[in-house]
Amino acid sequence: MKTSEGTIILGIETSCDETAAAVVADGRRILSNIVASQIKSHKRFGGVVPEIASRHHVEQITMVCEAALEEANMDWQDIDGIAVTEGPGLVGALLVGISAAKALAFAHQIPLIPVHHIAGHIYANRFSAEFQFPLVALIVSGGHTELIQMPGHGQYELIGETRDDAAGEAFDKVARILGLPYPGGPEIDRLSAETEPTLSFPRAWLEEGSFDFSFSGLKSAVTNAVHNAEQRGAALEKADVAASFQQSVIDVLVTKTMRAVKEYKAKQLLVAGGVAANRGLRQAITQAAQNAGVELIIPPIHLCTDNAAMIAAAGTINFLAGERAAMDLNAHPGLELINV
Amino acid sequence: MNVLAIDSSNVTMGVAIANEEVTLGELITNVKKNHSVKLMPAIEQLMQETGIDPHDLERIAVAMGPGSYTGVRIGVTIAKTLAWTLQAELVAVSSLAILAQNGRFFEGVICPLFDARRGQVYTGLYAPHNNKVTQIKDDRIVLLSEWLQALRAVDKPILFLGQDVGLHQAMIREHLGQQAVFAAATENQPRPSELAWLGMQGEPVESIHGLVPTYLQLAEAETKWLAQQEGK
Ligand SMILES: [Zn+2]
Repeated sequence: MKTSEGTIILGIETSCDETAAAVVADGRRILSNIVASQIKSHKRFGGVVPEIASRHHVEQITMVCEAALEEANMDWQDIDGIAVTEGPGLVGALLVGISAAKALAFAHQIPLIPVHHIAGHIYANRFSAEFQFPLVALIVSGGHTELIQMPGHGQYELIGETRDDAAGEAFDKVARILGLPYPGGPEIDRLSAETEPTLSFPRAWLEEGSFDFSFSGLKSAVTNAVHNAEQRGAALEKADVAASFQQSVIDVLVTKTMRAVKEYKAKQLLVAGGVAANRGLRQAITQAAQNAGVELIIPPIHLCTDNAAMIAAAGTINFLAGERAAMDLNAHPGLELINV
Repeated sequence: MNVLAIDSSNVTMGVAIANEEVTLGELITNVKKNHSVKLMPAIEQLMQETGIDPHDLERIAVAMGPGSYTGVRIGVTIAKTLAWTLQAELVAVSSLAILAQNGRFFEGVICPLFDARRGQVYTGLYAPHNNKVTQIKDDRIVLLSEWLQALRAVDKPILFLGQDVGLHQAMIREHLGQQAVFAAATENQPRPSELAWLGMQGEPVESIHGLVPTYLQLAEAETKWLAQQEGK
C-alpha cells in the first residue's frame, strides 16, 4: 500500500449525536477537528432521540464543514478525498452526513470515500502513534464492545463482540437505575473514584477461550441489588454500587483483552470508543499492558468520543487502497467491518 | 440564470435544470424508491445531459417540506451544501406551493395536500395569480375534518391536488359537495420545473447555513416531553 504522506482528507461524521467535520494530513496529522455536540439537547430525554439528532445535523452540517476547512486553511483543490461515515449508526443521522459528502464530492469532483465508524475509532489512535502490526484493538462505546485483531492497515479480524448490551449501554442503564444524570458513564466513573468496590457483582466469562462479552447479567444483578436493598429499607451507597459495577466491567474487558494480546502476539494494544475515556479502565489497562510488556495506545479523551478526524484518518487508508463510493452511496445502520 | 431545482420531500422525486424561463431538463420518478440512493445520481445525470457544470449553477431551489422528514432532509441537505460550496443562491419553496402550481389555471382556489396519518393532512390554501400561485392560508398540519369545516366559508370552487387526495375523496365530497373539484392524475404530481420557476422568482435565503426543513411538527419525543412537563 502507498504511504499516507501528503494525502489530505476531509472527514464527515454524523452517525449519532455529534455533527463533525475535520481535515487530516498524512493520515495522522489533525489540521482541524470541529465537533458540534448535541448532548444538551438530548439530556432532557435521558438518551439520544434519533429524529432530534437528524434535525440538528441539518442545522449544523454546512457550518462545521466550513469551520473545518477554514481552520485547516484549505481550499477544495487541496482536498484529495472526502471521507464519510457510511455506518453503523442511526440511519436518519447518517444520511445527513452522507448527503452533504456526496454533494461536496460532486460539486468539486473529489473522490468520495465510505468509512466504517469503528474503523474510525481505531484510527483515532494513529494521531498518538504509528501502528505496529499485528495489533489488537478494544473498542468500547455506547453501541459497541469489540475485540479486533489487525495484521495490517485496513485489515480487520473481529475476534470478540458483545452478545447483548454494549459496555457503554450497561453504564448508561446502571446510571439510570442509580438516578444519575445523562450521560451516565462519566458519572459512574466519577463516583467510582470516590470509593473501593465492596459489592460482589458477577463477571461473565462465557465459554472457555471465548473473546465475546455479555453485560446483561451484570446489569440485572445491579438492578436486583438496588431493589432488594430498597425493599429492606436500607438504600445502598450509590458510590459503592457504581464502583463495584465498574470494577466488574473493567475486570472482564481487561482480562479478555490481555488474553487476546497474548494469543495474537500483538505488538500494540489500542483502546478506542467513548468508554475509553473512563479513568478506571484507562488505569487498569495501562497497568495490565505494562505487566505484559505490550505498547498501549489510548487516544486523548476528545478523540475517544465521536469526531470526524478519526473518520478522515481511517478514510486515508481506504483512499489509498482505492476505495470509492458513487453518488448512490446509502447509509447502512448495521454495516459490518470488512477489509479494504 | 441557471437554476437547479430539487424536490425529495414526498413520494415524487424531482430534479430540474432551468435557464431563465426555459426548462433545460426535468427528471421525475414516482415509485416510492429510496431518495437517499436515487437523488444525487439523478442530479448528476441531468446536469451531464444538459451540459451544465456544477460551477455554472447560480441558484438552487429546494422543496423545504412539509413531507417525509427523512426525504426533505436529504433534499435540503444536498441543496444547502451545494449552494454553500458553489457560492450559489439558495431559495426554499414550500412543497405545497410546488404542488399548487399545477392548478394555476384553475378558476377558484387551490388546496394542495399530503397525508400526514391519523386523520391529519399537511395543507394550505393558494390562489392563482399571473401564472404563479400565491398563498392565502398558511401551510399547516391539521385534522382533515376540521380543515374541511373551515373551507366551507370559502365562496369559490376548491381544487384539491395531491396523490393522497384519493384517500380522502369521499370525506371531502361529504363536507363540500360540488364545491370540491378533483384533478387528473397527472396534475396530482408535483413538478420540479414548477419548483425551478418558483425558485427563479423567489427571494434567496439570507443564511444558507441557517436553512432548515419545514416540519410543521415537533419530533414525537419532544411533544411527549412537553406534555409531561405540563402534567407536573
Ligand atoms: Zn462512536
